[in-house]
Amino acid sequence: MASLSDEKAQSLEAIAAKIRRDTVEAVIRAGSGHIAGPLDLADIFTALYFHVLKHDPKNPLWEERDRLVLSNGHVCPVQYAAMAHAGYFPLEELKTLREFGSRLQGHPHRPSLPGLETSSGPLGSGLSQAVGMALGFKMDGKKNAVYCIMSDAEQQCGQTWEAAMLAGKHELDNLTAIIDRNNIQIDGMTEKIMPLEPLREKYEAFNWHVLEVDGHNIEAIADVCDEARAIYAKPVVVLAHTIAGKGVDFMEFDFRWHSKSFKPEEAKDALRELRTLGGKIENPHAE
Amino acid sequence: MAKILSGLLANDTLYDREKVERVPTRNGYGEGLLELGKRRAEVVVLCADLTESTRVEAFTKAFPERFIEMGVAEQNMASVASGLAAVGKIPFIASYAVFSPGRNWEQIRTTICYNEQPVKIGGAHTGVSVGPDGATHQALEDIAIMRTLPHMIVVVPGDVHEARKATIAAVDIPGPVYLRFAREKTPVFTVPDAPFAIGKASVLRDGDDVALIACGPLVYEALLAAHALEREGIAARVINNATVKPMDTETIIAAAQECGAVVTAEEHQIAGGMGSAVAEVLAKERPVPMEFIGMQDRFGESGSPDTLMDEFGLRAQDVVAAAKRAIARKKAGL
Repeated sequence: MASLSDEKAQSLEAIAAKIRRDTVEAVIRAGSGHIAGPLDLADIFTALYFHVLKHDPKNPLWEERDRLVLSNGHVCPVQYAAMAHAGYFPLEELKTLREFGSRLQGHPHRPSLPGLETSSGPLGSGLSQAVGMALGFKMDGKKNAVYCIMSDAEQQCGQTWEAAMLAGKHELDNLTAIIDRNNIQIDGMTEKIMPLEPLREKYEAFNWHVLEVDGHNIEAIADVCDEARAIYAKPVVVLAHTIAGKGVDFMEFDFRWHSKSFKPEEAKDALRELRTLGGKIENPHAE
Repeated sequence: MAKILSGLLANDTLYDREKVERVPTRNGYGEGLLELGKRRAEVVVLCADLTESTRVEAFTKAFPERFIEMGVAEQNMASVASGLAAVGKIPFIASYAVFSPGRNWEQIRTTICYNEQPVKIGGAHTGVSVGPDGATHQALEDIAIMRTLPHMIVVVPGDVHEARKATIAAVDIPGPVYLRFAREKTPVFTVPDAPFAIGKASVLRDGDDVALIACGPLVYEALLAAHALEREGIAARVINNATVKPMDTETIIAAAQECGAVVTAEEHQIAGGMGSAVAEVLAKERPVPMEFIGMQDRFGESGSPDTLMDEFGLRAQDVVAAAKRAIARKKAGL
């Protein structure tokens, strides 16, 4: 049975469109920052903050909340946009991204912004923290779920596999990792830089349950997260197949957009494209 | 006059290197953890395949449900501890200092310090006195790499009693703490109930000719040095500077002001260590001639602990010689 009604799915798609637009605007305004990853994760963050996670934006330290650990901190603009839309802080604050004194640091800083569960940027340590949280909840017999978003390039970090091994050992079925499988990293395509495949078999060999999903189908993302919660005695990893730069035609699949920012005319084109994407994006900034 | 620690061992054997009681400081870590396990339900222990030699073994037996065996994975250990702290635990992680906080320094920086999580890092097997295992297992840089991290507190207990008290005191510090331990049996110079507080240096002997500021196993060498200097008519103040960060600047500045010459002594590289931290304070507040006892920008090697301490100039006689150099510079106005 589908987790979302058609109506809910459509409303989440509309929210994802706004999150994409606000993410791009914030990065343009900041003048630097990663953009391809944030765009391809917009649908996943929307599904998490608006359907999957048990959380309360008005009470970010609520003890019973699920934990969302962002491991690949460089995609934080999309998390900030999703959090703002969810009600953690005013949308207006997105304009401060990367500014001195802002709570929206270039890479996330947990103590600055209630609602963030960790500080990240250096790759490969998020899964370990998520494992620590999941272990802590198990020790206390608590029901909180732990989610961890990782990039695919992070699967090249040795520490990721140290964490995977420990999660398998402790049968952490309260842990769901989501890998943004967009196939790009700073220096090129992942399979050329350092091949990751077969990723499914690697995780299975570490005693994980592996699921796959179209990372741009919000209904499917909601379903796969429900399915993950039903798995017993194994941690779950979701290989989310995404398109880097999703929503902006000239960025899609192009690794060069991993960490570069827009030139003014490119920014204009990107926003125009996002506004017309499948008719799902409203046009609040008509020229 | 400096206020002298009331808990200095006061018996005939203290200044007899052959007769003084010796216990490894790492034993104090194990005893402290066991006590904390009984007192504090939120204390958990993580170890990277070294439970016996880091002395966390007693905790693992008494509280198996609160112990996590990490395997040989120190980077994972640091970040898993951060995650545990994020859900209300107070994790103590244990390994040899070369591996933790050596190998996992960035994880400690980002996921513990920048993240402001109260993880306590126990680094065992520091200094050349580790002995026959050789340079790979002798941590000589850990004070430097820990004290440069914002939010980190750095404690180097001088004997087993201090190690136990420091471990217990660390649990009430709201942020991260690094506790540094030695492998070999270290002379016991305090009584079990001697006062101890993180952030407070203790004056073990008073004097105003020179201040000997030491930490870890070198505190005992400084005591022996002061004893020897006394026979030559030189009054040395001995300070156990167990908390390298935040430093007890009041005690350190007063010592420089009243003695006019300072020697620091530690089983660590001179660059970046406890002596460097003292120099940072005194260069600004009270510049006086300073001499540094420590490792002189080289690695250790295999050998018996005693041989290595002799060879690398980490003995009381080396402290005595340094004290005389510092006093001579003071008198010459250098």
